[in-house]
Amino acid sequence: MLLLSQIINGLQLGSIYALVALGYSMVYGIIMLLNFAHGDIIMVGGYVAMLTIAAGVHPLLAVVLAILACMALGVVIDKVAYAPLRSSPRISLLITAIGVSFLLENLAQNIWGANARPFPNSAIIQGSALHIGDVQIGITAIVTIVVSVLSMVVLTFLVQKTKRGKAMRAVSEDMGTAQLMGINVNNTITFTFAVGSALAGIGSILYCCTYPQVSPTMGSMLGLKAFVAAVLGGIGSIPGAMIGGFAIGMAEVLVRAVGLSDWTDGVVFAILIVVLLFRPTGLMGRPMTEKV
Amino acid sequence: MRQRIQIPMPVRYLINGALVVLLFLLGQFLIANNIISSYFQKILLQVGIYIIAAVSLNVATGYLGQLPLGHAGFMAVGGYTAGIFMKSIPLTGLPAFVLAIILAGIVAGIFGVIIGIPALRLKGDYLAIITLGFGEIIRVVLLNIDSVLGFKFTGGAAGLMGIPKYTSFPVVFICVAVTCLFIHTMMKSRHGRAILAIRENEIAAEACGIHTTYYKTMAFVASAFFAGVSGALFASYLGLLVPGDFGFMKSIEILVMVVLGGMGSMLGSVLAATVLTIVPFALQSISQTVADYRMVIYSVLLIIVMIFKPSGLLGTYDFSLTRIIEGLINRAGIHDGVARKGEKSK
Repeated sequence: MLLLSQIINGLQLGSIYALVALGYSMVYGIIMLLNFAHGDIIMVGGYVAMLTIAAGVHPLLAVVLAILACMALGVVIDKVAYAPLRSSPRISLLITAIGVSFLLENLAQNIWGANARPFPNSAIIQGSALHIGDVQIGITAIVTIVVSVLSMVVLTFLVQKTKRGKAMRAVSEDMGTAQLMGINVNNTITFTFAVGSALAGIGSILYCCTYPQVSPTMGSMLGLKAFVAAVLGGIGSIPGAMIGGFAIGMAEVLVRAVGLSDWTDGVVFAILIVVLLFRPTGLMGRPMTEKV
Repeated sequence: MRQRIQIPMPVRYLINGALVVLLFLLGQFLIANNIISSYFQKILLQVGIYIIAAVSLNVATGYLGQLPLGHAGFMAVGGYTAGIFMKSIPLTGLPAFVLAIILAGIVAGIFGVIIGIPALRLKGDYLAIITLGFGEIIRVVLLNIDSVLGFKFTGGAAGLMGIPKYTSFPVVFICVAVTCLFIHTMMKSRHGRAILAIRENEIAAEACGIHTTYYKTMAFVASAFFAGVSGALFASYLGLLVPGDFGFMKSIEILVMVVLGGMGSMLGSVLAATVLTIVPFALQSISQTVADYRMVIYSVLLIIVMIFKPSGLLGTYDFSLTRIIEGLINRAGIHDGVARKGEKSK
């Protein structure tokens, strides 16, 4: 059944977008910053995995290293570029984020070359496809969906049931009051970046297994689309990011399925514009009021 | 003490006009006598194009205080309009080009209205993303519209080829002068003050009776218009347009010029555009490795400037030759007054 396999594709792509969108949403929820560099953290994760596997490291260890590298990079970017601008106007922060993204992309281009390089996905995910009736579900799809859902469950547990998660929710609700309650805001922000980047790292590996290529600009389009997903779901909202991710993934797969694959990017951005015009806070976002 | 001398308006016009004419004559002289090589002449044309692009982006970024990330989209619209126009009409030569430039600006301005009215309802980050989205949509449409229309309109990925090349120093210079004159006059006027007020505090501006949607759209459309003009000049300079040239990267390049130069300073945008256009060529002749790392250097510069001087290198400094002259005259005058006062007290 063509529809079922397209749905599986949509879920697969959607779960990757959801993981990345979660990173965007969490960072935005806590410091009101659109981290343009998020997509490029994904790119770095992909390269780290590819290079470590090529250097002979065991694939699963390489995956762990890649995720750790993403976490470290996210924390470093926060400390170096975003922390000094905590009290600056939002436009400076946004420009800095763009600068960091630009820096990562061009540095990658200079170090590793602009060409796409193959990614050893078969080393990481091994196994045969699953057959349900006469539909074949690839092992990559199964692993992607399962790992993503597991990650989201763990994240939800982290945010809802642990003390650190409570601190994250408190800081994103009201930074000043959270500080008064004795929460170390800077540490919480660093923790948020770490968690968001770790999710991006997982998403990066899954993305590279689905589309086995790494290139310096692979992060930018993925990041933008995941960002659209975060906005659709309601930026700052964790369940929203998940819903948004799946929605954008399904939309993209459906557009390709009807044969309009040239226009995929355009459709995704058109969705963004429609959402921003008619419901800027997204499906599950909280409305922002400005006090004078 | 003697009163501070203020140069009257007609004399100000004369002084500024004389400056512009002098610069023009200087440029023409250098080119006519081949003091600057033809390679550098080409760079000079690019400098002019990017000056217009940067100054127009400065209107929406520096003066209005927003962050539109789709500027390259407006340049693309202007460039393609001019290119298709010049290729389609039987008229040739400079008059055709002038018409094409004006048409390019108008079409880009219309896009500015279409994009601006929905986009300007949003603030800050959301505006940045929606303009980015629009810029990408323009690029995708330019790439794919031929298959929808059924005939060769934009040339798709292969590009729009065979655009007549009319871009030359006089044309570019006049366009730069007109752009700067228009934007400067607009910002000194009541409209400009409204735009600046919106930048400072939109809610307070609205409370003072400023129609924010109208003025935000006006700034946005002015920005788009001149971006279209720069796109048209670019099209006629290259002779070939490819949608890939006008992606997110191009918007960022121009944004870097505006931010580094100083958001809100026209001189800053002009200087930054000049330096950042010339630097790649200069670097190439000095050291290829440094040239390859140019983008990395720009990014680091951008981050450093944002951390230490968020308003940009020149901040909101507004260059005014007449103010400098006034300052010089008054310093001479004040010394006179002080000396005389000292004598009297004896």
